[in-house]
Amino acid sequence: MNEKILEAKNISKYFHDPISIQVLKNISFSILQGEFVSVIGKSGCGKSTLLYILSTMDTDYEGDLLIDNIPMRNKKEAELALVRSEKIGFVFQFHYLLNEFSVLRNVMLPGLKLANYSEKEVEARAYQKLKILGIQDEALKNPNQLSGGQKQRVAIARSLINDPLILLADEPTGNLDKKNSEIVFSIFQELSEVFNQALLIVTHDNEFAERTQRIIEMEDGKIIKDISRN
Amino acid sequence: MNYKLIASVSVSLLMARWKQTLIAAIGVTFSITMFITLLSFMAGLNTLLDGLIGNRTAHIRLYNEIQPSKMQPVDLLNQVKNHHNFISSVKPKNEKLEIYSNGAVMEALKKDERVLGVAPKIIAQVFYNVGAIDLTGVINGIDVEAESKLFSFKDYVTSGEAIDLRNIPNSIILGKGAAEKMLANIGDVIQVTTPKGERMQLKVVGYFQSGIQDIDKIQSYTSIITAQKLIGESNTYITDIQVKLKNILLAPPMAKEYAKLFDIEAIDIQSANSQFETGSSIRTLISYAVGITLLIVAGFGIYNILNMMIYEKMDSIAILKATGFSGKDVNWIFVTIALTIGIFGGLLGLVFGFGLSSVIDQIPFNTAALPTIKTYPIDYNIKFYFIGTVFSIVTTYFAGFFPSRKASKIDPVIIIRGK
Ligand SMILES: Nc1ncnc2c1ncn2[C@@H]1O[C@H](COP(=O)(O)OP(=O)(O)OP(=O)(O)O)[C@@H](O)[C@H]1O
Ligand SMILES: [Mg+2]
Repeated sequence: MNEKILEAKNISKYFHDPISIQVLKNISFSILQGEFVSVIGKSGCGKSTLLYILSTMDTDYEGDLLIDNIPMRNKKEAELALVRSEKIGFVFQFHYLLNEFSVLRNVMLPGLKLANYSEKEVEARAYQKLKILGIQDEALKNPNQLSGGQKQRVAIARSLINDPLILLADEPTGNLDKKNSEIVFSIFQELSEVFNQALLIVTHDNEFAERTQRIIEMEDGKIIKDISRN
Repeated sequence: MNYKLIASVSVSLLMARWKQTLIAAIGVTFSITMFITLLSFMAGLNTLLDGLIGNRTAHIRLYNEIQPSKMQPVDLLNQVKNHHNFISSVKPKNEKLEIYSNGAVMEALKKDERVLGVAPKIIAQVFYNVGAIDLTGVINGIDVEAESKLFSFKDYVTSGEAIDLRNIPNSIILGKGAAEKMLANIGDVIQVTTPKGERMQLKVVGYFQSGIQDIDKIQSYTSIITAQKLIGESNTYITDIQVKLKNILLAPPMAKEYAKLFDIEAIDIQSANSQFETGSSIRTLISYAVGITLLIVAGFGIYNILNMMIYEKMDSIAILKATGFSGKDVNWIFVTIALTIGIFGGLLGLVFGFGLSSVIDQIPFNTAALPTIKTYPIDYNIKFYFIGTVFSIVTTYFAGFFPSRKASKIDPVIIIRGK
């Protein structure tokens, strides 16, 4: 149960434009299965940058990233795409749904891409995820017919379609009102407690962070505090 | 790779921008339509113009020419054998234009596997006597049946019956232009004189129209027997043997072969009419150039649409990549879009191209010069449809190539940060 599913070893990141600056400085930590972790810190301290590296989308960094105990360095673009497909769910601050597809199809796409299940099964699973998030009735709507909170829940459903090892989210409630934030938070909590889903959530909302199991606080590209509660 | 998924994503992206897609597809349709029509029409025209010569001209013509002997007596002299001998004012000796033992030659030709048919001919200079005036002319004595079978003679007899030449003694079919000059109607009797002064009355049984006015003003046709009588020669006298081959391309080497074999002058159709072939190939070249230019322009249309689409769909591409689609998948999505536009536009173009050429095929085209042609000529060659298909696919693939590669290289982090 307490297996390491994600491990960062001495991760550093530089930006060279317009001048060379180090935005991440020797970041090391690991996340165990079922952990609900929040990352907080001042604006510009490097939270998003870290998250993009952890999601394997950004490959320009120093140090090592292990997902499921497999090093990500030296993997090819297509192999990383497969890792994202199989093992990582990603939720953005802006819901980023594809308006060309229905809500259901949006949720199904990563499942169809991975193709571990038949199209019928993927559809059934998509309905199941939408149900967990309480929006199964919106399945056949177009994304632009939904409210912001609903969209964010669709995005969460999509990130869960392939049963990822870890769900990464960058300020998923940053755009939502109090009530919708609460809904999203309770969904995360349920995923963590009921489904033993590992979550790493970047947030500005300290109240939100207080209620997670573990808080990682960053400052100037470094982890300054890493507190677990039980 | 999951082609079904790629295709479904492509179609959704297409449908989201269906108006622009349609315009791009119409561009392809238009160019393929024009390509097919242009080539079918040009090829039809080429066949027509080539036929003007190729169908009614002998592939190889055997004849005698009056020319000075190549061997002059001085060349036989031993003392000057290895010298250059200059002789001025050499004159040909009095020789007949007759082909000797032509019966045997024609038998030999007919036995040749490569020969489709052989027709004898007498060409005789005459004067058409119109009142006090003499018009120069040429009378061709022909074997009507062989001439019709091999050189479509009948098709060019616009009034009267070709076969009457054989059935009615001392009959003549006048060139249309000559008949007009002489005011000779069918049934009239005209008088001709040979250069040696012999006269003959001939009955007009028809008009001949070749489509080449200079010919129609001069040429007339009679039967071989009538021609022999006219010039006072025996019934074995002929001046030309016309050979039609199964394969026209063999004409030049075979002409040389016959010249040697029968010790006679032999000219092949290609040497006699080289200007026609050049005209045909240049017309074909121009139509291909125009067709391909049209396609390239359509290709730029597709290129623009795809670039615009990629610019608009940056977010979607970033999302697809963030959720597990690889650069290759994205590349294929856009290549599929380009090919879909190309294939649908192209297929429609083939259909419209066929339609437009059939319409042109119905337009009346009556010209005095071409009596057998009633509508504009169209060549429905499957080759053009095949080339059109291949070109529409190839150009759209290349039009889609760079935009697709650009899409596949989009970095999702930059897009997501940008929001
Ligand atoms: N493409 C880039 N080029 C240069 N510098 C960059 C680039 N992207 C980010 N930075 C810098 O890197 C630092 C970290 O940015 P990052 O987006 O990770 O901050 P953050 O902690 O997510 O902030 P916020 O809470 O406001 O989202 C910032 O100082 C930013 O200016
Ligand atoms: Mg951020």
